[in-house]
Amino acid sequence: MGVDRRRFLGYVLAAPTLLTAAELEVPPTAHAQLPSPDITQILDLNDMMTVAALPTSGLITVGVDQDGTVSFALPRAEVGQGITTSTAMLIAEELAVPLDRVRVTLADARPELLFNQLTGGSNTTIATYTPIRVAAAVARRRLLDAAATELGVAVTDLTLKAGVITDRSGHRIEIGALATKAASTRTRQMPVELTARPNFTVIGKPHNRIDALDAVTGRKKFAMDLDIPDAKPTMVCRPPTINGKVGSVANLNEVRALPGVTDVVVISTGVAVRADTFGQCIDAVRALRVSWKPGTAEGKSDSSVLRELAAAELPLGLKPPFTQTVEGRFTFHFRSNSALEPNCAVADVRPDRASVWAALKSPIVAQQTIAAKLGLPLGAVTVHVTEGGGSFGRKLFFDAALEAVEVSQKVGKPVKLMWHRADDARQGRAHPMATSRVRAAYISGTVLTYDQRHTSVATDLSHGLGEIITAMAARLPVGDIGFSETFFQLSQTMSYNFGLATRLLSETDKGFNTGSMRNVYSPDVTCARELIVDQLAARMGKDPYQFRHDYLRDDRSRAVLQKVAEVGNWGRPMPAGTAQGVAFHAEYKAVSAALVEIDCRPETVNRPIPNGVAGPRVTKAVFAVDVGLAVNPRGLEAQMMGGIMDGIAQALTSSLHLRDGYFLEASWDNYFYTRQWNTPPELQIIVMPNTSENPGGAGELGVAASMAAVACAYGRATGTMPTSFPINHGTLSFDPKPTVPPVPPSPTDGLNRGAPGA
Amino acid sequence: MPEHTFRVNGEPVTVNVADNVRLLWVLRDILGITGPKYGCGINVCKACTSFVNGQAVNPCAIPVGDLRPTDEVTTIEGLPATVGKDLHPMQQAWLDHDVAQCGYCQPGQIMAAVALVRRVAAEGREITNADLDGLRNICRCGTYFRIREAITAGARNMV
Repeated sequence: MGVDRRRFLGYVLAAPTLLTAAELEVPPTAHAQLPSPDITQILDLNDMMTVAALPTSGLITVGVDQDGTVSFALPRAEVGQGITTSTAMLIAEELAVPLDRVRVTLADARPELLFNQLTGGSNTTIATYTPIRVAAAVARRRLLDAAATELGVAVTDLTLKAGVITDRSGHRIEIGALATKAASTRTRQMPVELTARPNFTVIGKPHNRIDALDAVTGRKKFAMDLDIPDAKPTMVCRPPTINGKVGSVANLNEVRALPGVTDVVVISTGVAVRADTFGQCIDAVRALRVSWKPGTAEGKSDSSVLRELAAAELPLGLKPPFTQTVEGRFTFHFRSNSALEPNCAVADVRPDRASVWAALKSPIVAQQTIAAKLGLPLGAVTVHVTEGGGSFGRKLFFDAALEAVEVSQKVGKPVKLMWHRADDARQGRAHPMATSRVRAAYISGTVLTYDQRHTSVATDLSHGLGEIITAMAARLPVGDIGFSETFFQLSQTMSYNFGLATRLLSETDKGFNTGSMRNVYSPDVTCARELIVDQLAARMGKDPYQFRHDYLRDDRSRAVLQKVAEVGNWGRPMPAGTAQGVAFHAEYKAVSAALVEIDCRPETVNRPIPNGVAGPRVTKAVFAVDVGLAVNPRGLEAQMMGGIMDGIAQALTSSLHLRDGYFLEASWDNYFYTRQWNTPPELQIIVMPNTSENPGGAGELGVAASMAAVACAYGRATGTMPTSFPINHGTLSFDPKPTVPPVPPSPTDGLNRGAPGA
Repeated sequence: MPEHTFRVNGEPVTVNVADNVRLLWVLRDILGITGPKYGCGINVCKACTSFVNGQAVNPCAIPVGDLRPTDEVTTIEGLPATVGKDLHPMQQAWLDHDVAQCGYCQPGQIMAAVALVRRVAAEGREITNADLDGLRNICRCGTYFRIREAITAGARNMV
């Protein structure tokens, strides 16, 4: 990369209007010259994903159009994390155009991008930060060159500002007027220098989302809002147990004759119905009489899976001699990663081609799988990536798209396929149940060893992230280990000076539909660790904050911890039954700390909430984050806010209960994700000053420290370290809905004339 | 097929569909009005929150046959017209506070917020934390705190 870290090579491509691209050399791989106590100090998961993406980054192109707009098709999925906005900011910065002239769309599946179209691991900004800016900088340079020719002046006499190039005499040219003149008839390489950080005018300044107006007016289009000709509503009657299969259907013809129904067909996952409205699909699904074959978790329950986990646990090893130890064993129940937008996809399959529309975080793998399933060449399958209504890891999987193409092929018509909420809860993806065992050994004020053994129902990584890891694993200095273990090792880090630290993952049971739920292993692993840290502090007679401060490895880590302690007024006197908790987490080249206050007094815990769970109330949350370089601090705050809400949910209220091979939860009145009544009325998020030339990841970062801080606060308020999460899992707070029919009827009392509003 | 006539966002509409089809699907699948979102179909997530005659309701739980020709259905698309502007003050507050993340629940959140502010105003009092705690709309992205800030701000401009 040369001596100047801001000089890069880009391309101007042969095209009728200006089209530029970036190509970066693979930077020298971080090498392990010394035995390291922690592999993440050599290469972490994001390094691996970034390195894997680089050889194809040249295909990321920025176009300047004659109307003065700048276009860019982002090869990532926008699912709420704000990457279309931050991407537009990068382009606006380097190209000196107003942000509202940058049009960021989502790229269709492009198999030539290989690894560079996977949205996961909070890697988008880390991996695309430089390539996008380089492509925009090439465009800037070409526009300036064209303007210099046009005006007969030297490039050095020109300024580009707000999409207008001006010379010293005040002559002005809009960049749109140069779009064809700056274009090239052949593709050639071009060196550019990126804007230096002190000169940024867009990057690092808070900016509202570019899609906010569409979101608040109802104009934002999600997959189910698309008007694809003849793509009629389609749903699937699903089995009563996880992954059960259709045996036989007693009344296919009867259901085909129901009002609005156009097709009923057996598919690999159930019985699909296509109708004029989704309401009629729901009625048809409920009318089907299906005999089912067993699923992949038949007869299993929370307690039987816990026994499986116990049997799969790896030993903690020998206790060092002459030391005292603190130990803990923590249980984390299944959690649902359903977004509010249900699993869905539109498909139009013809004999010789297929088109699919869905929010997909691994569209290339989806395209490859769909082509194979339909028996079509890859080029005959078009996969359009739509904006997603949340993901939390869910949209790494494309099971709705696979079902949609299967139904469309079988009925010979386009379909708009949607999962019912009950389907999402019962047959959807879950964060696997896990246990984490920790032992820390200390002697006279020094922690000598820290061992953590995480045991989990297997996490399904078959969506493409696995491919990256498989492809890269051989190049890592970790030996021949499976990719789950590699992922685990690369995503976890030991942030404290705890002597010799070890961590191992053991997986069992592949019978569940699991996935990389937001922040994957970290919420559980960090929660267990931070609870043990509180125990260590107590044993050594130290304050939990001061203890962390003393043992954290670096200034950057201490700074976020110190910030939440200051802003959150750590140590202030609080009434009995209430307490503060503090926790730290590092990942995605970022550091974070959370301080929360919790109220566990009976009058709060037992406050009446109709059809909901009250429980302890987090009354205040303070969160400090340092991502190295914050591209959009306002978007970063939003991601931390979401992470805090997830952390509260996972510590206190959100879980799935497994009984007899199925999850009892079937909708949002059963699954207690954080609601307004659980939201901290006081919330403060502090984005720390930049500490790096490069951005870290943000999308998942907020969850782990938040969950851990809530757990620690709960332990301090109640005087007992919690060991099972969420803490209300032992109480079933709802009446489970039937599994046959698999979806509940819609109520009919919504109008309820004369009564107050809903 | 029965014919149903009612008003949506200021215009009369007539649809031919069975009585028991819920209003949500009539809006989305027949009329192409996609602001109200599906999130549960059983009136718990509140993503489809809209108004009938100015009252907040959930169209997933209203059989279309229950509507009368004079009933006025207002969806997020029709909300600005209720104040004769391009944007309702609550939508503007949402923009000012950059509330939306994925945006999926936000039309329903805004409609519920407007209904809450109207109800509290009718009771002649200010919005309290308890009022905000009472909102049932789910936001799986967890934008709750900005929603609270936006409602408080939007309420000031709704008088």
